[in-house]
Amino acid sequence: MSTATVKTDFRKKSRYLLMATTLMLCAWILVPIYLLVVNTLSTQEEVSSFPKAFIPSFNMENIMFFLQFQGVAFALLNSVLVAGMTMILSIGIGAPAGYALSRFEFKGKGAFRVLVLITRAFPLPLLALPLAVMFIRTGLDDTVFGLALVHTTLALPFAVLITFSLFSGIPIELEEAAWTLGCTRVQAFIKVIMPLVLPGIAASAIFAFVISWNEVFAAAVLTIQNKTLTAFLIQSLDESPLHLKFAGGLVLVIPALIFIFAVRKYLFAMWGIANR
Amino acid sequence: MNPRNLPYMLLFPATAFLAVFFVYPFVLVAVQAFTNEAGFTLEHFQTMADDWKFKISFWNTILLAIAVVPLQTCLALMMAKLVTSITTGRDIYLYIFTIPLGISDLAAGIIWLAIFEQSGFLNTLLFTVGAIDQPVILLGYQSTWIIFLAVVLAELWRATAIMLVILVAGMGLIPKEYDEAAEVFGASRWQRFVKVTLPLLRPSLQTALILRTILAFEVFAVVAALGGTTLPVLMGETFKWQFEFRDESVAAALAMVILAISIGFTLFFLRALRVPKEAQI
Repeated sequence: MSTATVKTDFRKKSRYLLMATTLMLCAWILVPIYLLVVNTLSTQEEVSSFPKAFIPSFNMENIMFFLQFQGVAFALLNSVLVAGMTMILSIGIGAPAGYALSRFEFKGKGAFRVLVLITRAFPLPLLALPLAVMFIRTGLDDTVFGLALVHTTLALPFAVLITFSLFSGIPIELEEAAWTLGCTRVQAFIKVIMPLVLPGIAASAIFAFVISWNEVFAAAVLTIQNKTLTAFLIQSLDESPLHLKFAGGLVLVIPALIFIFAVRKYLFAMWGIANR
Repeated sequence: MNPRNLPYMLLFPATAFLAVFFVYPFVLVAVQAFTNEAGFTLEHFQTMADDWKFKISFWNTILLAIAVVPLQTCLALMMAKLVTSITTGRDIYLYIFTIPLGISDLAAGIIWLAIFEQSGFLNTLLFTVGAIDQPVILLGYQSTWIIFLAVVLAELWRATAIMLVILVAGMGLIPKEYDEAAEVFGASRWQRFVKVTLPLLRPSLQTALILRTILAFEVFAVVAALGGTTLPVLMGETFKWQFEFRDESVAAALAMVILAISIGFTLFFLRALRVPKEAQI
């Protein structure tokens, strides 16, 4: 055998190895989700029977039971409301800051960046503890808005860094050209910059939504009557039957699948620059 | 309007928000942990340490982080390297690998509960291959190590994606020339990875490790779903003191402990993986 064929042989083998590893890793991610789907789409008896079938009976009774279970619909609504508010607040507050960081040199810029970055070194869900007291004094306790404020603290640093990287990606010359053509600063921003950054902003908004949708600790500490779905699930873990937990788990997972699919193009761009 | 004030006006909402909802609450929680009616005190820390579960939960939290984070780092590096080597179908693999990024820790705990509970899939598998005659209790108090293992697996499964994303983005920033030059000089794939890619990846590695370690100390819902209170962790104890015992001061003291180890590890990674300014790309 010549060295050339040995080399291609080796190449081929390492290609197969690469593919096999990749497929195994895909299975590692997907199989657990599949098993949750199997459990959710089985009847209540099947869920607690043994041995288990690896193929669901496609029974909707379980998921319907969960959705009609007392408090679930309300918790679902609360989760969406909190996540929606978090999304609006974090982008509304974060995007101007990101724009300022990308366009201006000014005193205190470094200090602000440190403030944003330092939030990462803190276990943010713990904020719920002192805020619980603060909220009782201000009447924000057990409200979706109060919780949205806490979740915004979680999402805001990301929003600032992501929008900073988005605005940095757009040359300032575009804006300057608009100014010379008679646009005011605001007009230039709305007509030139906005259309360019809108998809990226939407992606980071979705990211903020997911952060809030998934948060458990603060939600469980701060809401009692107005529970979110995660708070509802964690507080009923002890007493609720298995089939209810699994249906709840799947309801939590599905939006995540869709959201990650929607922002997949932006994930790496967002993180690449946001972390420098 | 003076245009020089514009950046400050744009930054004001975010700064004010972080001051009110980030800086101030952390000051409050520190004050609460260290004071009583009479002034400065360590009694809350004393109460916290006197609880027999504190020591266990402290070490469980640390051990979980030690078990999960290094493994996760290797896994994330491997996945990142795979993704950058693959040419066909790269996008679909990337999507699959990053799915757990959107999945909450609670959902991840429930997913792994489906596998580890008594009538779950692991028992079924063991039964089918004939390893056991009847389903065994995997997540019981008799075998905390299985709960520990289940939590490690669930955390590996769920939270590797966040590191992956940071590392893939970081690899994208490394100029290809370095790798090509090493190849010209006859470095093997592995040598190139260890001697070229890894050192250049240090900033991203640092970010990923800091972010991930802090999240590891916050482990809560995965443990709650898989082990209930059989495997106590710091965050779960904090929740218990706040909610069941209604003692906010002890909960605050626990929060201080979590904060202290988080800051400690952040400083450690900042030093250990420091990149000198002149060596940055």
